[in-house]
Amino acid sequence: MTMLAYALYFAALVGAALVLAAWMARVYSGIPALAGIERRVLRGAGINPGRDMAWGAYALAVLAFNLAGFALLYALLRAQGALPLNPDGIGGMAPDLAFNTAVSFVTNTNWQAYSGEAQLSHLAQMAGLTVQNFVSAGTGMAVAVAVIRGFTAPKGTTLGNFWVDLTRSVLWILLPLSVLLALFLAWQGVPQTLQGAVTVTGMEGAEQIIARGPAAAQIAIKQLGTNGGGFFGVNSAHPFENPTIASNLAQSLSLLLIPVAFCFLFGRMAGDRRQGLAIFAAMAVMFVVGLGTIHAYEVAGNPALGLGANMEGKEQRFGAMLSALWAASTTAASNGSVNAMHDSFMPLSGLVMLLNMQIGEVIFGGVGAGFYGMLLYVVLAVFLAGLMVGRTPEYLGRKVEAREVTLAVLAFLSMPLGILVGGAVAATVPQALAAVQDAGPHGLSEILYAYSSATGNNGSAFGGFGAALPWHTTALGLVMLLGRYAIIVPMLAIAGSMIRKTRAPVTAGTFPTHGPLFVTLLVLTVLILGALTFFPVLALGPIAEETARVAGQTF
Amino acid sequence: MANPAKIADMSGLYPAAIRQSVVKLDPRQLWHSPVMFVTAVVAVMTTLLGLRDLVSGTAGAGIALHIAVWLWLCVLFANFAEALAEGRGRARADTLRATKSETRVRVLAEPNDAPATATDVASTALRAGQFVYLAAGDIIPTDGEAVRGIASVNESAITGESAPVIREAGGDRSSVTGGTTIASDWIVMKVTAEPGKSFLDRMIALVEGAERQKTPNEIALNILLVGLTLIFLFVVVTLPAFASYSGTTIPVVVLGALFVTLIPTTIGGLLSAIGIAGMDRLVKANVIAKSGRAVEAAGDVDTLLLDKTGTITFGNRMADALVPAPGVEARRLAEAAALASLADETPEGKSIVEKAREMLGSVPAMPQGATPVAFTAQTRLSGLDLNDGRSFRKGAIDAVIRLTGQTPPGALAGQVDAIARSGGTPLLVAEGTQILGVVHLKDIVKPGVRERFAELRAMGIRTVMITGDNPLTAAAIAAEAGVDDFLAEATPEMKLDLIRREQAGGRLVAMCGDGSNDAPALAQADVGVAMNAGTPAAKEAANLIDLDSDPTKLIEVVMVGKQLLISRGALTTFSIANDVAKYFAVLPAIFVAAYPGLAVLNIMGLASPTSAILSAVIFNALVLIALVPLALRGVAYRPASAAQLLRRNLLVYGLGGLIVPFVGIKAIDLCLVALNLA
Repeated sequence: MTMLAYALYFAALVGAALVLAAWMARVYSGIPALAGIERRVLRGAGINPGRDMAWGAYALAVLAFNLAGFALLYALLRAQGALPLNPDGIGGMAPDLAFNTAVSFVTNTNWQAYSGEAQLSHLAQMAGLTVQNFVSAGTGMAVAVAVIRGFTAPKGTTLGNFWVDLTRSVLWILLPLSVLLALFLAWQGVPQTLQGAVTVTGMEGAEQIIARGPAAAQIAIKQLGTNGGGFFGVNSAHPFENPTIASNLAQSLSLLLIPVAFCFLFGRMAGDRRQGLAIFAAMAVMFVVGLGTIHAYEVAGNPALGLGANMEGKEQRFGAMLSALWAASTTAASNGSVNAMHDSFMPLSGLVMLLNMQIGEVIFGGVGAGFYGMLLYVVLAVFLAGLMVGRTPEYLGRKVEAREVTLAVLAFLSMPLGILVGGAVAATVPQALAAVQDAGPHGLSEILYAYSSATGNNGSAFGGFGAALPWHTTALGLVMLLGRYAIIVPMLAIAGSMIRKTRAPVTAGTFPTHGPLFVTLLVLTVLILGALTFFPVLALGPIAEETARVAGQTF
Repeated sequence: MANPAKIADMSGLYPAAIRQSVVKLDPRQLWHSPVMFVTAVVAVMTTLLGLRDLVSGTAGAGIALHIAVWLWLCVLFANFAEALAEGRGRARADTLRATKSETRVRVLAEPNDAPATATDVASTALRAGQFVYLAAGDIIPTDGEAVRGIASVNESAITGESAPVIREAGGDRSSVTGGTTIASDWIVMKVTAEPGKSFLDRMIALVEGAERQKTPNEIALNILLVGLTLIFLFVVVTLPAFASYSGTTIPVVVLGALFVTLIPTTIGGLLSAIGIAGMDRLVKANVIAKSGRAVEAAGDVDTLLLDKTGTITFGNRMADALVPAPGVEARRLAEAAALASLADETPEGKSIVEKAREMLGSVPAMPQGATPVAFTAQTRLSGLDLNDGRSFRKGAIDAVIRLTGQTPPGALAGQVDAIARSGGTPLLVAEGTQILGVVHLKDIVKPGVRERFAELRAMGIRTVMITGDNPLTAAAIAAEAGVDDFLAEATPEMKLDLIRREQAGGRLVAMCGDGSNDAPALAQADVGVAMNAGTPAAKEAANLIDLDSDPTKLIEVVMVGKQLLISRGALTTFSIANDVAKYFAVLPAIFVAAYPGLAVLNIMGLASPTSAILSAVIFNALVLIALVPLALRGVAYRPASAAQLLRRNLLVYGLGGLIVPFVGIKAIDLCLVALNLA
């Protein structure tokens, strides 16, 4: 039964992603019928859609657009108290928290050091966060498409036009899907209103304040755009954010939809579906192993508590299995929304979630971001093993040389830098240590989770961690920037360098980048280069906790 | 003169290599390999800490010093590998240098001056553009071009080939090489190389590794290794903070040991040795690379342009079949053909005699009093007149028809046409005025060539045969040899066009050539191999020079290039895969004090934390020295498709790299315990 349920889930996911990939391929090459609207939007913003950009110009456009988005959002959060659409009279956000929140949404992280219903006005939610939910996702998708062009397009110098790619991502992919999902969620009972909280008297006679707002629209894009920032503080565990089994399934499907579709889109753009399939297979293998681990541990539960499944921190209406599926999906996909409290999962479930983020969010990953992140590993895998066939390593007919390796290594360094250095400082400095709730290895896991989530632009957290401390709002904000742009810029540079190379024809001497052998190689590269780096800290965190648990010790 | 290719005994190189391993500890030299430099830094640090503890009497000094010893050995082993690779080259350079003795030479003002007017000049003072008169017994002082005369030259000093070769002014055989000797006659050469820039000088510098520059792939790999080192630096530097949070401390010595075992020391230490050894293998094959880049490019080649003559066929037409005329016995034809060819010393004539011997079992000896009739351009016939009045002739069709006054009978005429159509050459054989049959002469494809091309095809390399023959002949030979394509009636311009076309399609092209008119194509090709016997222009344009002037060498060069890349890739994969086991050895050792439960990670069951750390460090050093022979020899390479190569190498070096250290570290741990060292 369990296997069947999972199989159906994957079948639905892959089927929908295949259809979406076909649509995306058309969207990014330009659909004539929609060109008029695109032109009007872009001309309105003073952009010449016909001008293609070299990688440098593309990267500058990304950075400029995101910087402007950050400035606007920061200003809005600081000034929300004085602005309209604030029925509950919420005041302006503190500077460090506003910095953290603005960075978090611009980088598609949606780390929430605040609680939405208590600290955000409706205007900030709608014009601030929801807008960034769309455009930060659109940015990731545009960058991914540009990077894919660099690997697959005929020899040239330009990667496309950022403004066009962004507009197409938002208008023709994210918006339609979001409207559909928002309507479905509203039907399932998610509120969509501009009115403030209601005050009711409960059955015990105590007065209760029930928060509401324009939630359905924001939740739809938070899932589809792998944003993850919920309308309410407890995210999709909140009954208004995720009321039913149906809404839960729709949300956990939609959070993986676009990342999976990117694999198939890559195959289409490369003119060789097997290339996309290989990357999908590598991601899927790692995802299934991770999911299996979480499922096994959560369903088995903690014998120390004498219960069947591990239900602590989980919603009764979802149970262990749907919570496990969500946890695996949201950490793999760099989404960060939750329907259960990850802090309360079993230690090795926590380990899987940590690994999903630490390897750089490349198991499907964020929309666009997961795919170009995986291409980074592909470049490294091809370079490492490609030499073993006696040729200069090449990918899709283009040689991987010193320049690409340098850039890949640079991008690659951002994960250990953000997680290990950020985490080590947080584990040492007293101002930072105050955030840790639990003693022993679990406390270390909380720190690691926070810095892994921020660097991987995931956004989920181990609940006990006091993320609102000024130390962490600032430090986590910085590592979010590192985890986003220290990968985007080198990846665009790699694409810009690849597209200038002549494509060599495929011969029997060509290193095969599809098929089971390459999938194995790619998975091993991710595990050995990505995961092994974090083995020592994971040993001190979740593994130590697990061994202690087995020995009957709790923290 | 010793042949540079024949220095088999390497044992003499060991003492020098061991000395060099210490000399190479100089930080300025170590810096060229960042991974080994970092290892040396950690070794210095560990030594100092060990000594400090020794002086202050702190516990653990012994272990620190023990670790330090193995860290130093690791660096020394890497140096030794490099020194050994260089040493082999240097030994070759020394034998080459011996041919470079200074002599006096006769310099002429003008090439046409009489030798008597020459001035005596030291060979080392020669400048490019001067003319030198050289007679039998003279050593050719430097590189140049024969501008007058003809001489046979003994080039064994360079090529190892003892038969003298002809060098003459004009044409494609005008180039002379310094260090070779005039065997007979004389020439006037024009010096083309400036002092110290001759071919021999370049070769010496190359095999010594003095001019060694890192190749593109090597640079890229080095960057990756530096990147990995940086990542593990983050891992190790942040570890004390996490450990201290977990309530334990890790001694600096242990952190250093963990760091060195994690960084890719195996490939980092052997990388330059692999490169030097690769060049050395090329020199052994008597090919001089003008840059390391060309050797790597050889591994990437997609299309090979091969000259038909000498590479694919022997270059001489040979008798393939004897077809008798109607009513003539095959034995009679064979006897007649043999008699007509007995006095014929050309390869064609000899091959006819051979063919007859094959058919008859034996051939008649030269009859007493017989008169040979030599081939002339006018008669286009040759043969033998016996003193009993019989005469035997063989020759071109029209010549024999003219001689006998007869045309071949219908069936035979059909055979003659068929032979011509198949690209062969028909020769008629006649006794007196009777036409006995036809000899089928054809360009014989070298044995084994077909299999070689099949291998190349499996490797994804396309072969294109270049020939001056007409398309008919070319197609026949191409089909027989199994090349993928051919270029018939080829001109230098057509060659150049073909190369450009292939390159426009993204293919890398290799070719060999010797004539001056090959120079543009050689320069255009990604890998151009010039024959040493060829013209200076060709040698200048090429990036590789084959001293044996053997066009087949091109294939060998491709193999050397591939082997070089594979060796690097294999050892890199092995090195990185090793890290898994090392983590499992060291992590439980350093964390078990904080969390006793982490002993489950000690899956190898190592005796104690100390022995675990020591075992990992010792394994790290031992695996480096154990792989030196592999680095120098190169990874075994059998031609196969990329998919097959990847599968095999991933299995051997990837999976092997995962498993071997588990076994090795456990074994070392057992030894340490048995020896009471930890």
